Amino acid sequence: MKRILLAAAGLLSLVGVAHASTLDEVKARGALNCGVSQGLPGFSSPNDKNEWTGFDVDFCRAVAAAIFNDPTKVKFTPLSAKDRFTALTSGAIDLLSRNTTWTMSRDTTLGFNFAGVTYYDGQGFLVRKSLGLKGSKELEGASICVQTGTSNELNVGDYFRANNMKYREVIAFATLDETVKAYESGRCDVFTSDKSQLAAVRLKLTNPADHVLLPETISKEPLGPLVRHGDDQWFDLVKWTYFALLDAEELGVTSKNVGEMVNSANPEVKRLLGTDGKYGEGIGLTADWVVRIVKATGNYGEIYDRNVGPSTPLGIERGLNNLWNHGGIQYGMPVR
Amino acid sequence: MSDARLSDPALGRRRWSWTDPKLRSSVIQIVLGLVLVWLVWSFYANAQGNLSRLGIASGFGFLEDRAGFAISQTLIPYNENMSYGRAFLVGLLNTLLVAFLGVILATILGFLVGVARLSKNVVIKALASAYVEVTRNLPPLFQILFWYLAVLAALPTPRQSWGVGLQPLFGALGSGLSAIGLGFLGAPLSAFAADLGAPAVFINNRGLMMPKPIFGEGSGLILAALVLALVVSFLIARWARKRREATGAQFPVFWSSLGLIIVLPLIAAALVGFPVHMDVPHLRGFNFQGGLSVIPEFVALLLALSTYTAGFIAEIVRSGILAVSKGQSEAAHSLGLRTGPTLRLVIIPQAMRVIVPPLTSQYLNLTKNSSLGVAVGYPDLFAIFAGTTLNQTGQAIEIIAMTMAVYLAISIVTSLIMGWYNKRVALVER
Amino acid sequence: MTSETIFVSSTFREPEPPPVSDRGPVRWVRAHLLGTVPQVLLTLFGLWLLYVVVPPLVQFFLVDAVWSGTNRTACLPADVGHPVGACWPFIWAKINQLIYGFYPAGERWRVNVVYALGALLLLPLVLQQVPYKRLNAIAFFGVYPVVAFVLLTGGNFQLRHFLLGYLGFDALFPRVAPGVSVSWVFWTDYVLSSVLLAALAGGIARVVAGPDAVRGAVRTVATIMVPLALVLLAVDVNFGLEPVETRLWGGLLVTLVIAVSGITVSLPFGILLALGRRSSVPLVKICSILFIEFWRGVPVITVLFFATYMLPLFLPDGMTIDGLLRALVGVALFASAYMAEVVRGGLQAIPKGQYEGAMAVGLRYGPMMRLVVLPQALKLVIPGIVNNFIGLFKDTTLVLIVSIFDLLGAMRAAFTDPNWATPTTLFTGFGFAGLIYFVFCFGMSRYSMALEKRLDRAQRH
Repeated sequence: MKRILLAAAGLLSLVGVAHASTLDEVKARGALNCGVSQGLPGFSSPNDKNEWTGFDVDFCRAVAAAIFNDPTKVKFTPLSAKDRFTALTSGAIDLLSRNTTWTMSRDTTLGFNFAGVTYYDGQGFLVRKSLGLKGSKELEGASICVQTGTSNELNVGDYFRANNMKYREVIAFATLDETVKAYESGRCDVFTSDKSQLAAVRLKLTNPADHVLLPETISKEPLGPLVRHGDDQWFDLVKWTYFALLDAEELGVTSKNVGEMVNSANPEVKRLLGTDGKYGEGIGLTADWVVRIVKATGNYGEIYDRNVGPSTPLGIERGLNNLWNHGGIQYGMPVR
Repeated sequence: MSDARLSDPALGRRRWSWTDPKLRSSVIQIVLGLVLVWLVWSFYANAQGNLSRLGIASGFGFLEDRAGFAISQTLIPYNENMSYGRAFLVGLLNTLLVAFLGVILATILGFLVGVARLSKNVVIKALASAYVEVTRNLPPLFQILFWYLAVLAALPTPRQSWGVGLQPLFGALGSGLSAIGLGFLGAPLSAFAADLGAPAVFINNRGLMMPKPIFGEGSGLILAALVLALVVSFLIARWARKRREATGAQFPVFWSSLGLIIVLPLIAAALVGFPVHMDVPHLRGFNFQGGLSVIPEFVALLLALSTYTAGFIAEIVRSGILAVSKGQSEAAHSLGLRTGPTLRLVIIPQAMRVIVPPLTSQYLNLTKNSSLGVAVGYPDLFAIFAGTTLNQTGQAIEIIAMTMAVYLAISIVTSLIMGWYNKRVALVER
Repeated sequence: MTSETIFVSSTFREPEPPPVSDRGPVRWVRAHLLGTVPQVLLTLFGLWLLYVVVPPLVQFFLVDAVWSGTNRTACLPADVGHPVGACWPFIWAKINQLIYGFYPAGERWRVNVVYALGALLLLPLVLQQVPYKRLNAIAFFGVYPVVAFVLLTGGNFQLRHFLLGYLGFDALFPRVAPGVSVSWVFWTDYVLSSVLLAALAGGIARVVAGPDAVRGAVRTVATIMVPLALVLLAVDVNFGLEPVETRLWGGLLVTLVIAVSGITVSLPFGILLALGRRSSVPLVKICSILFIEFWRGVPVITVLFFATYMLPLFLPDGMTIDGLLRALVGVALFASAYMAEVVRGGLQAIPKGQYEGAMAVGLRYGPMMRLVVLPQALKLVIPGIVNNFIGLFKDTTLVLIVSIFDLLGAMRAAFTDPNWATPTTLFTGFGFAGLIYFVFCFGMSRYSMALEKRLDRAQRH
């Protein structure tokens, strides 16, 4: 027994401890550890060359580009909804960019900070076309599949109660794959989740055309990247990466024209791209941090259109995710 | 331990010596104690630091909070507005349910297969051996997933449910007979089947749907009659045993008890005018409504656990029976006992002594393995508490500690009961 | 009992005829298949069961099976034109994933080397006739894990500091050592720490047990520190292998890694715990019993959950442990507890005379256990250890629940590929994975039974 404990103590000492800021740790490691979902087309999924692509993935790359001027210096950790928070808490990842809904308990008691809402979403229902349903008010008596540990699991009961309906049963599965498999095998009539996720999942089904999304949106699901409590500089860096992506779109800075825009006379563009002032130093980076981001991943609009926009298989309109001056509610804070 | 001092060259001189067992023992204990204290303290300090740094709440206050999630199988009333504490109870009951039924099924199947392995009939023997080898050598999680994903998911959808009952049976028989040219027999059968009405039990990929008895006014009397029947049966069994031991005369305890348990409640029901009616499941819209349903997650878990554990129990039973020496059965036969009583009165009581201890650990294994239900979405204690609740509250330490404590408590209680039983059946030697 | 007991025949029965010999085909059939009416019914029932089970299986997995193709259309009855059984091309398409997980294709040779080396070392170990068992065991349980570890992870861990550095004396050591592939700081620290430890142990031994004990104490320190140094060196040196993170591992690789490391870790710890449980020192005994009974009393997945989700909370801020390693810690915890009970059985079977004899010739506790008791006890429990290993092998599937993809997990992930969604994909996958598990477990259980028989013979002389 004694020897076991001694050996354990020895092992602990070997693993090594470092009390540095997250940014310093990331720099020393030479890569950003980013948590993403386990395979959701359009948001994060490995392509044929085994490279991670998608909306959430591109946000990780934007942060990596801001730090290293190299969007490939990211290590992606695919996480289930169940494991994502523990992974962030334990320090296995520096940043969780995995369609996570911003809720008060997650922001406070769970110990995280949300850097912003990169994607405004809402919960919907996916059903078989053959059922001939027109809307979610006709779901009386349905068997519903949901992924456990999500806010969807909590919303569905509230929605049925509020509309005086009764479901037959809600079956919760641990991973997205299990849930989709159960829905596809006919275990339930409905699969409920965020609409963006439903659109992505539908593409993964054997016959996407046999399934439809019901029109109603039953909840607010503001999705965004999040970090641990306790490192404000890191929180600022992630938050301002998001704002910079929005500001770049608003000011017309794209990955194609960023080289010329550096010479722009517009004072707002000058401040954003670091030719006037050194705002990047406030988050531990150099003044031209936004140039690096936009060069690597493009602005918010480019990321959106490339991964989930109307020209992609997902084909989701911008809607709420349009800029504030184009009818949406995406609003980047000013750099000054 | 004076031999230690014999080998010591400095014999006779009193001094601190490492070879002194007392001194050595206390040094080891002090060092171990210090290490333990340090370990516990550092775990505690780290956990405290981590929790406060992350702002995670601690304590058991969360048990009172609203759970907010639904559970697909509840033995006690539960809805989203109830607390995490209630959800914990629901999960615990689900675990106990699957463990209890699993133990019963596994024991029956295990004893059958174990006896079959000792059969003189080579075909039966080979089949039993094959069963044991296959079930014991495949991981339980594999078997659970197999039943759930491959077998139960392949069942028809609700609209194409298989009805179970006399109507489909006679219907199939009737059309079968008509098909082979025996229309004069088939037609009346089909007509009779149509008269019977729709079946009340359905099997589909949502599970097994059965009628649910709803007890009306006066059902208390039926229950009372049942209890009375049980008590009387117990008394009869005691009286019969006493008489047998005294005189050797036999009494048909089993049949008389069975009669009592069936007849008494029936009489009671007739007295109050059969206040029970059935809530029959029926297809409405795209799904079944009403009735009692057994979810496929439960069925898959129960089937996999009981068939897996039955393989082990079969081996235990076989070795237990083999452990009773052949002389015992020969002696019983020579006393004039037939095969049945020989097994029941001579062989099995002795075999039980060998069987019970390993059987206990198999029961415990089954209970512990029921936590694998989380892989197929069965809402047992582990899935609801260490899964969903942990995710919603983030209080890992309290939740995992509570979950582990429950399983430990089940283990300890089972061990105590089995220990008591073991003492009762133990050989009393002079 | 009274004389009226009805169990007893009141008349003397005629002696039965001598038993009929069951030699000869007809008599054999009568004795084993068709003796009595119930016998006949049983036989018919058995044959009916065989008829229901076996031909459909053969039909499904061999006769109707599809053997080649590139996607699901090859296995869809509508496209093939006849009923389709097993869809084997699905397995061919996923075979790399099932065996290596996401291990980079260019580096898979390393996994193959590890597999081959393991088989090469294990085969002579389990065959009775091959000599050099002791050397072989050291190679398999001592050297092989280190080699496998370096090959699989890529090695080249930049070790930062040892004991002194941990206590905050980092600044004392030289920082840069150009041209050397080992971490200079760490090794200076290591050598200094070892010397200090040896001096400390020697000093304590001198005070407690006199000058004669100094040598022994220093030797003990050396026997721990030198092999540890070799292991650390192997891990530290840069062999020029590409590092491969554990989350890219998967399939059979993870299954075998968990099973083999579980057994190699649980054996020494299990022996220590078993000795602790039989120790005369009360605190050691209590701790061992609590440890063993606790981990045996809770389900294995709660242990894995504990290791995965709770362990990080107990570690200092900033210290992280790899996901697979955390699962391995969980496996080591419960495997050691189970192993301890197996070893305890062996210890209890050793007659007291052996202990007394050893003490009588002046052996102390350590040598007594090492030279007399354990060799006998361990030999007795080898079948138990193999059985334990079978259980461990089956329990590796549970890591699926903490999101590590072993063979079963990789198979389940493969099921979700829409390119291969056919009605028979699931049965094919389960058939294949089941075959692998069955071959491993059945093989081991047969080996354990053969071993038991051999040891039984050896015992009886």
